[in-house]
Amino acid sequence: MCLAIPARVVEMPDPETAIVDLGGVKKAISLALVEDVAVGDYVIVHVGFALNKLNPEEAEKTLALFAEMGDLVAAQDGAAGSA
Amino acid sequence: MKYIDEFRDGELAKGLAAAIAAAARPERQYAFMEFCGGHTHAISRYGVTDLLPANVRMVHGPGCPVCVLPIGRIDMAIELALRHQAILCSYGDCLRVPASAGLSLLKAKSHGGDIRMVYSAADALKIARENPQREVVFFAIGFETTTPPTAVVIKQAAAEGVNNFSVLCCHVLTPSAIMSILESPEVRRWGTVPLDGFVGPAHVSTVIGSRPYEFFAEEYRKPVVIAGFEPLDVMQAILMLIRQVNEGRCEVENEFTRAVSREGNVKAQALVAEVFELRRSFEWRGMGTIPYSALAIRQAFADFDAERRFGLEYHPVPDHKACECGAILRGVKEPRDCKLFGTVCTPENPIGSCMVSSEGACAAYYTYGRHREEIAG
Repeated sequence: MCLAIPARVVEMPDPETAIVDLGGVKKAISLALVEDVAVGDYVIVHVGFALNKLNPEEAEKTLALFAEMGDLVAAQDGAAGSA
Repeated sequence: MKYIDEFRDGELAKGLAAAIAAAARPERQYAFMEFCGGHTHAISRYGVTDLLPANVRMVHGPGCPVCVLPIGRIDMAIELALRHQAILCSYGDCLRVPASAGLSLLKAKSHGGDIRMVYSAADALKIARENPQREVVFFAIGFETTTPPTAVVIKQAAAEGVNNFSVLCCHVLTPSAIMSILESPEVRRWGTVPLDGFVGPAHVSTVIGSRPYEFFAEEYRKPVVIAGFEPLDVMQAILMLIRQVNEGRCEVENEFTRAVSREGNVKAQALVAEVFELRRSFEWRGMGTIPYSALAIRQAFADFDAERRFGLEYHPVPDHKACECGAILRGVKEPRDCKLFGTVCTPENPIGSCMVSSEGACAAYYTYGRHREEIAG
């Protein structure tokens, strides 16, 4: 029910409608709930509506944080192992 | 797919699992409730539990809209289709939920009800435009994610004068459910749940923002970390919760910054406020009647309110006696504690609501969890 997914806007036939690409499947969705969406943006799609835009910079930061967590633990283990 | 696969990366998961193991203090137990069914689904499907130390326990919460919908509300939808001969449009998840008299929406359809599955509220309005001689009702359920689309179509119907369209509004509110878990008297009947914090809703929070949870952190001294629905998001949130507990902090933190801000989607919130108002009380399946926990359609849009239009009345209906959905939804019991689980109650033949939606605790556990335990012996 709540499993919305991020999808890229590939076309905007009118300001209220976007065609999004969902892993190769194209689908028309409503933009009635969001503002300032442009072709190329990623939006969270749920029941045929874009709920919000996805912030690519924040997504990168989150991924970098995940990698950092693992590296940190590996470094600690290494330090403990060498002690 | 971009922004999905990266958040399911196995190598990164190993690193996060190691970080969680390093952070969890061996001398204490941690119990966190994942509120959303979406998180329950991710945890079960990707085996996140296997990556957690034994002293970190995840408790399933009531955040699946299909699971918390009481039988009486489905009965109202069936009444619209069978007695009032309306075209009843519903999200697919609702079709198989058991209702009174051995019925479900799907069975009502086989009894001649014109019940149609729609992907979007907009599709229901389209069906109304195409069938001007028929009454068309949209069975609107869900938390704050599905509410704004319902508001949009009600406004559209009003603007276009689609007079044969109405909505059976069953939209519910996330913060009310969390509060009821923390303080409702019913919890005492089942025993309180010792919870150290919450994994907060992902997509609901894209709409309402992180601000509504600040109350829980401050008043109830429970940490909340809002997390995305991918497995790495959930793991990172668990790590953030463990750190808050270790440091004695009770704050709202946001792991899902790529889609959630403190304020949320202000445009969507304004639309919801224009079309809906708080209901004085609403019955939740397994959680009893909770004051101001759901929405009703405002007087200004009364023509589009199916309850007023058809003079519908809500009649509460008790759940099956042996069904433990109520306790499971509150996190007091687990699916395997229910006598019906996996025997008479299966996804093919659900007795309780938690077995219906793929986000329900029982369905997620049935599909992904039980075989793993059999292997583990």
